[in-house]
Amino acid sequence: MAYETVIGLEVHVELNTKTKLFCGCENRFAAEPNSLACPVCLGLPGLLPVVNKRAVEKHIMAAIALGCEILEYSKFDRKNYYYPDMPKNYQISQYDLPIAIKGCLEIEKSDGTKKVIGITRIHLEEDTGKSIHGGGSGSIMESDYTLLDYNRAGVPLMEIVSEPDMRSPEEAYLYLTGLKKILNWIGVSDCKMEQGSLRCDANISLRKKGELEFGVKTEIKNMNSFKSVRSALEFEEKRQAEVLENGGKISQETRGWEEDKGITVSMRSKEDAHDYRYFPEPDLAPLKISREWVDEIGKDLPELPDDRRERFIREYRLPEYDAGVLTTSREMSDFLEEAVVVCNDPKQVSNWLMSDISKYLNEKQVEIQETKLSASTLGGMINMIKKGTISGKIGKKLIAELLNKGGDPEEIVKKKGWIQVSSEEELLPLVKEAIDANPKAVEEYLGGKKSAIGFFVGQVMKATGGKANPGVVNKILMRELEK
Amino acid sequence: MESGFRFPFLISHFLPPVSRFPFPLSLLTSRLPLPTMKGRYKLNPINLTAHEAHEKMVSGEISSTELTKACLQRISMVEKKVSAYITIFPDLALKMAKDADERLKSGENVKPLTGIPIALKDLLCMKGKPTTCGSKILENFVPPYNATVVDMLLDAGAIILGKTNMDEFAMGSSTENSAFFPTHNPWDPDRVPGGSSGGSAAAVAAGEAIIALGSDTGGSIRQPAAFCGVTGMKPTYGAVSRYGLIAFASSLDQIGPIARDVKDIALCLDAIVAHDPMDSTSISFKKPPYLESLVDVDIKGMKIGYPVDFFGEGLDPGIRKSLDEARRVLEGLGAEFVDVELKSGDYALAAYYIIAPSEASSNLARYDGARYGYRNPTNIDVMDMYKKTRGEGLGREVIRRIMTGTYALSSGYYDAYYLKAQKVRTLIRRDYDRSFEKCDLLFTPATPAPAFRIGEKVDDPLEMYLSDIYTVSVNLAGLPGLVVPCGFTKGLPVGLQLIGKSFDELTLLKVGNAFQEVTDYHKRSPVLD
Repeated sequence: MAYETVIGLEVHVELNTKTKLFCGCENRFAAEPNSLACPVCLGLPGLLPVVNKRAVEKHIMAAIALGCEILEYSKFDRKNYYYPDMPKNYQISQYDLPIAIKGCLEIEKSDGTKKVIGITRIHLEEDTGKSIHGGGSGSIMESDYTLLDYNRAGVPLMEIVSEPDMRSPEEAYLYLTGLKKILNWIGVSDCKMEQGSLRCDANISLRKKGELEFGVKTEIKNMNSFKSVRSALEFEEKRQAEVLENGGKISQETRGWEEDKGITVSMRSKEDAHDYRYFPEPDLAPLKISREWVDEIGKDLPELPDDRRERFIREYRLPEYDAGVLTTSREMSDFLEEAVVVCNDPKQVSNWLMSDISKYLNEKQVEIQETKLSASTLGGMINMIKKGTISGKIGKKLIAELLNKGGDPEEIVKKKGWIQVSSEEELLPLVKEAIDANPKAVEEYLGGKKSAIGFFVGQVMKATGGKANPGVVNKILMRELEK
Repeated sequence: MESGFRFPFLISHFLPPVSRFPFPLSLLTSRLPLPTMKGRYKLNPINLTAHEAHEKMVSGEISSTELTKACLQRISMVEKKVSAYITIFPDLALKMAKDADERLKSGENVKPLTGIPIALKDLLCMKGKPTTCGSKILENFVPPYNATVVDMLLDAGAIILGKTNMDEFAMGSSTENSAFFPTHNPWDPDRVPGGSSGGSAAAVAAGEAIIALGSDTGGSIRQPAAFCGVTGMKPTYGAVSRYGLIAFASSLDQIGPIARDVKDIALCLDAIVAHDPMDSTSISFKKPPYLESLVDVDIKGMKIGYPVDFFGEGLDPGIRKSLDEARRVLEGLGAEFVDVELKSGDYALAAYYIIAPSEASSNLARYDGARYGYRNPTNIDVMDMYKKTRGEGLGREVIRRIMTGTYALSSGYYDAYYLKAQKVRTLIRRDYDRSFEKCDLLFTPATPAPAFRIGEKVDDPLEMYLSDIYTVSVNLAGLPGLVVPCGFTKGLPVGLQLIGKSFDELTLLKVGNAFQEVTDYHKRSPVLD
């Protein structure tokens, strides 16, 4: 029987604010355990939360970028459950009035077709601390001891809930990468799943093709990379199909992904689900988000990747493919724009970025902003080539130097003696030398094989260490050979 | 984080918990011995108000050290009978008094509270001092921070004498729910002082402090003030910062003063009413100078609402008589009484006993033994730790309310209980708004009966809850309420409650002060020695 897969994702994203959501503690990854904690985020008696305005701003930025409607009146609620890494034994979250609702994200599938995935809501909440269970099986009930690190407790966390719009694990994967790209782009989160700044729970169900009603879903947890989300969903898709195929029923439950075994296993059934006893947080006033504030934040929002790609195609006349590649990260596309400001030649900038520079970045596994090369330097170098100060071949050497060590291209060129040789006086003897040394090639040329001229250009270039101006060499060669 | 304050963030299921704080765990060691003062001081603080003491200190007639010593001496004399304090700081108080005397001598930065000995209800956090909230679960808790109000008192140069007894987590109306010992009513040691701020009210009534701070969630300042014959005020919700007040029910809790007269209440409000950016529910408003505004006040023509429904069945005849007399006194001063309807008050107690426990069930969830406070030493896993720690660390009434609140918030019951109670709350607020269209303030009894006997109601929680019948609706509406002594019945004090519009504490103080200018109930003291 043919089944259709239905997937919805709940994605938690830590906002990269300087401080935590409700106190002044620094928000930073990988600090010494419990060094970033204060009486407020430790939930000591009598202390009260105060909302970090910047976190709400970043949340609104994300909501705008994801095309959400932003509620003018939203509020915080308490989600009550016991766990030692949650200092108050309740989490300040949002229940029925989240900051943002009704957004969407467009994904592009490998066959080039596009699909819009709906976003139900995005709400703001505080993150919990971390537990490390020592000894025993690794669960809190069976371990000998538990170590608690509250550095993460109170870090602002956005929960992005999608509509059940995805129809394959591949679509879920694309949705996640798309989400990461846009949140990275607007600078609200680094979205590193390995470090936990992006976490994902997946809901998946199957239904017979053509049916409108959803099947019974399972929720999958414990995936620690985009790939494992895809793998877990692929496994679960197959598992559910087999159960249904054999006349069985899917039970509504939470299942954990076991990466090493490549399987999902039941964690708890629907009956064991928590009753979180949500109620409005009495320590915080409701959030009133004015239209003016949203407009102001919207104005400061950077141009979004799709808009920028379209503009690169339209204004810079870049090929669609190049425009796509160069807008995968905001840093790359900003780099291109800044270089274009200097040299006014988008095609050349794009060529360098797509060839030598991309190669270098791939080899070294670094991002453009982590190299020594600056956008204005690249623009300057392109200007030097266009003016004839250096040859394109020298350009390749120069770019490698700039990526590795940085520096001022004019000075490097001068110091290394890389300035292009264009004077006839200097080049003529070298041309003559090449002709004299290769009588066979001269014969071929004169015999009608005009392409042999390339060989002589190569010889002169070699003799000058690539510095000869190929145009000038060509001119002299033609004249001398015809003599 | 404060230096010297480190958490062992390790839940070990096998190792016994380590004592984390550099002081003995038994509270009584910090309580006893009581301070002993040589000789008898001519000063008896029981006869002194803060504003009088202030004048005497400024004129040099007495020093803060003398006054503080007199309070400590009084404590050593009567505390065995009253048991108002959980912790007393004789050395710290005398050191603070010395500083205050220097301040007074230099004449710089002298505030009305400079040198005045004050007691704090033991749910107000004071840096480095045990803050127990009347509970075993916080018996060894020492906050590394001051509550905002404590900072304000310290800035003003007040002397902190100690921390007063209370019903555990402020849940109760008699101070019998303290995990440590009950406090006795100075007017009759067999009777309760009221609660939950019973220690604060008893301390002021017994002359063991000039002023005491309490907190009021459903009447916890006003009811004990009435029982102990002192003056007490619950300010408007949001007028005083709750930062550092250990929460019972966040949307109802409010800190306020208990004192010997209305002028001292005003003087204290001048010091503690302010917007606090650390408390998102604290409200910025233009506050009047309270004490200054009490000079030459004429309440002639003031319209006082008389909520007929508050004087119906269940009101003790002695209290009714005192209130009738108080009404005549105010009428004699030119105030006009108008009857008003406050029907929704009938539902206030029910709504309160849904909302307050609901919030409490969540607020008190943090006391789990994982980070601070009491932890059961024999637990075998985290669930066992939670169950035993909370089962042993929390008292019966607290557990009762946590269970009530947990139930009311549970899925399937939320709409029927919590949501409904919030709707009732809105109606109560509207009812008050409507009544204030006809009057400037309301006049009601503070309690249905005078102080009851210790043990009389401990086994009947509903009966106990009824002693807050006249006060809870004020918290639900967020309004200010002032209680002033207005008579005696069978030798026990009677309190009159004035309820005002939001942030109109001043009108209450004006009427209360006018009443005290022509009466002397607030000047009478219990005989204890």
